[in-house]
Amino acid sequence: MTSTLKASVAVFALLAGGAAHAAEHTAPLSGDMTIFSDMSNPAPRAVMESLVEEFGAMHPDLNIELTVIDREAYKTQIRNFLTANAPDVANWYAGNRMAPYVDAGLFLDVSDIWDDEMSANLSSTKEAMTMDGKQWGVPYTYYQWGVYYRKDLYDQYGLEEPQDWETFKSNCQTLLDNGIKCFTIGTKFLWTAGGWFDYLNMRTNGYDYHMQLTAGEIPWTDDGVKQTFANWRELIDMGAFIDNHTAYSWQEALPFMTNGDAAAYLMGNFAVAPLREAGLTDDQLDYYQFPAINPDVELAEDAPTDTFHVPAQAGNPEAGKAFLKFVTTPETQTRINAGDALGQLPVNSQSSVDDDKFLQQGFEVLSSNSPGGVAQFFDRDAPAEMAKVAMEGFQQFMVQPDQIDNILSRLDQAAQRIYK
Amino acid sequence: MTTAALPQSKTHRSWWHRNQIRITPWLFLAPGILFFAVYVILPIFQSFGISLQDWDGLGEATYIGTQNYEELWSDPAFYTSLKNNLLWLLLYLLAIPAGLFIALFLNQTVTGIRLYKSLFFFPFVISQVVVGLVFTWFYDPAFGLLNIMLGWFGAGPINVLGDPNYVTYGIIAAGLWPQTAYCMILYLTGLNAVNPELIEAGRLDNAKGWRMLWHVVLPQLKPATFIAFVVTIIGALRSFDLISVMTQGGPFGSSRVLSFYMFEVALSEYGFRMGYGAAIAVVLFLIMLLFIAYFLYSMYREERR
Repeated sequence: MTSTLKASVAVFALLAGGAAHAAEHTAPLSGDMTIFSDMSNPAPRAVMESLVEEFGAMHPDLNIELTVIDREAYKTQIRNFLTANAPDVANWYAGNRMAPYVDAGLFLDVSDIWDDEMSANLSSTKEAMTMDGKQWGVPYTYYQWGVYYRKDLYDQYGLEEPQDWETFKSNCQTLLDNGIKCFTIGTKFLWTAGGWFDYLNMRTNGYDYHMQLTAGEIPWTDDGVKQTFANWRELIDMGAFIDNHTAYSWQEALPFMTNGDAAAYLMGNFAVAPLREAGLTDDQLDYYQFPAINPDVELAEDAPTDTFHVPAQAGNPEAGKAFLKFVTTPETQTRINAGDALGQLPVNSQSSVDDDKFLQQGFEVLSSNSPGGVAQFFDRDAPAEMAKVAMEGFQQFMVQPDQIDNILSRLDQAAQRIYK
Repeated sequence: MTTAALPQSKTHRSWWHRNQIRITPWLFLAPGILFFAVYVILPIFQSFGISLQDWDGLGEATYIGTQNYEELWSDPAFYTSLKNNLLWLLLYLLAIPAGLFIALFLNQTVTGIRLYKSLFFFPFVISQVVVGLVFTWFYDPAFGLLNIMLGWFGAGPINVLGDPNYVTYGIIAAGLWPQTAYCMILYLTGLNAVNPELIEAGRLDNAKGWRMLWHVVLPQLKPATFIAFVVTIIGALRSFDLISVMTQGGPFGSSRVLSFYMFEVALSEYGFRMGYGAAIAVVLFLIMLLFIAYFLYSMYREERR
């Protein structure tokens, strides 16, 4: 799964219109530059390759070598290459997911490129890129989470997009009475259950509580956590989720929605593409923000952010930093997040969002209807080990809700070891 | 020096010439010994060392004594893995009788028997990953063949891979498919070496069926049985790929075995605990050592005879 792409000199300089950008960067870059990327799916891969072409055209003396690694394999390989064979630019994720590498001194402090203008434009994720008061990378894309639902089924049974927890549950009851499951989910790989926990906990206890919990400042046996699980249990006891979800991946859970056996899916925006490919039209498919549960807490959202970093052992860190600056410009972010490219949301507030209805709604939610804050995702906010143990607990809870006390005390034990 | 050089010049034989015979086998063994030491023996001791440390694989390692083992002692996930390892060991042995009976069944001269033999051997040839995928689909609660067949009898659906009570058995069943084929091929070659005169003599003494198998054929298959035991037990202890492909240790950790748990805590996407992983590896190594020591001992005994 690796490919090499050498940016050639003159042709792209004319083609990509890079000459205009090149003028902005006064110091010419030269030498070799390597980029390791996890953007291995077809569309992201094309984006990554075009970024390299364009950047290469701006810096004709730079010899850029791009290596694309399978996205899943990358998650384990990054440990090896950051210590042994560091590139000049590497993909990773924001939030606690980068903590092991920051703590081990493997990422370069890039606070100097976060000038005032950039900090203002990328303010929504600056917090997630900051550790110890310094910035360790830059974001290039994010996407909203929320409830994707079958509008035609909702219309058929006279249901509205819920604004509160009661409607959320009564909608579900109506669907169940008509033999339709409220939500599809596949928990085989655990993280999907993490999405449910994120939303239920942020709606029950608020963003700050959620962040304190994932940072180990609140014990898992706290009453607030128990309340979150009590709310979750209401849905489980109703039978809101599809049966046998432990056997499915998130993709394998999609057919339940396309077949009309389940009416909605709490998922990231990346679920839209396969749902459309499966034949759902934009009239059948719609999106709503997860409704409020506790009216006293502000709404907060999950928006996992993908990032670029310069490894501490990079051979050409100047080129790496220039590349990071380049991918954060409003123009670049608009282009790479367009519907025909990544189809996600640009992080830069000066960028424009694609016309796609889901991207528009997601942008609206994240920019103006998430006053509580923007979380990364459970397995990026919590340390990796804690995330693993906790998500396993969530999966078990969804199957054996009576075990909740055992699960919570197990999580608390794990937390005491992990956060010590 | 001079006195030592004197007898040498008398006999005109160098040290090398005198010791050639004794040294040559060691020279031939040297590359093997070197690589075995560097890639097998040394890592075993390294694992022991790492298991006494708290190390995330990136930063500084700190010595923490036996803390990893103490934690292992009270870790429910460890006991689940250990229990599953024992299940694997016991149930995987079913491959030996199953392989034997298929081999006996196929040990005849009929037209096209080679084709049948290769069809039975087929599951061992394909990758474990493919076996895992095939069985995952077979068990699928929505469209899997198993539940369709159960449906004919009005039973099911059973969510084999998503139910903590069935999942390990489901994976072992998948593992038995290729392992049976392996044992079968061992017995088929063993059956070729069975002495026809002994069978003939048994016939004259009126031995038939089970008695013939038990008293005449099986004793002659002893070498094949021994190898089948060794490969099956080692196969059961290193069961990893099927679990990784079929369930990733889930649901909620109920299909883990020690080798997978070790991978999970030390090397997977969420694992950063090299010391704890090494401690699990040491325990797994000690369990394997029991079997390996027994096998080595019985091989040694055979050769003495």
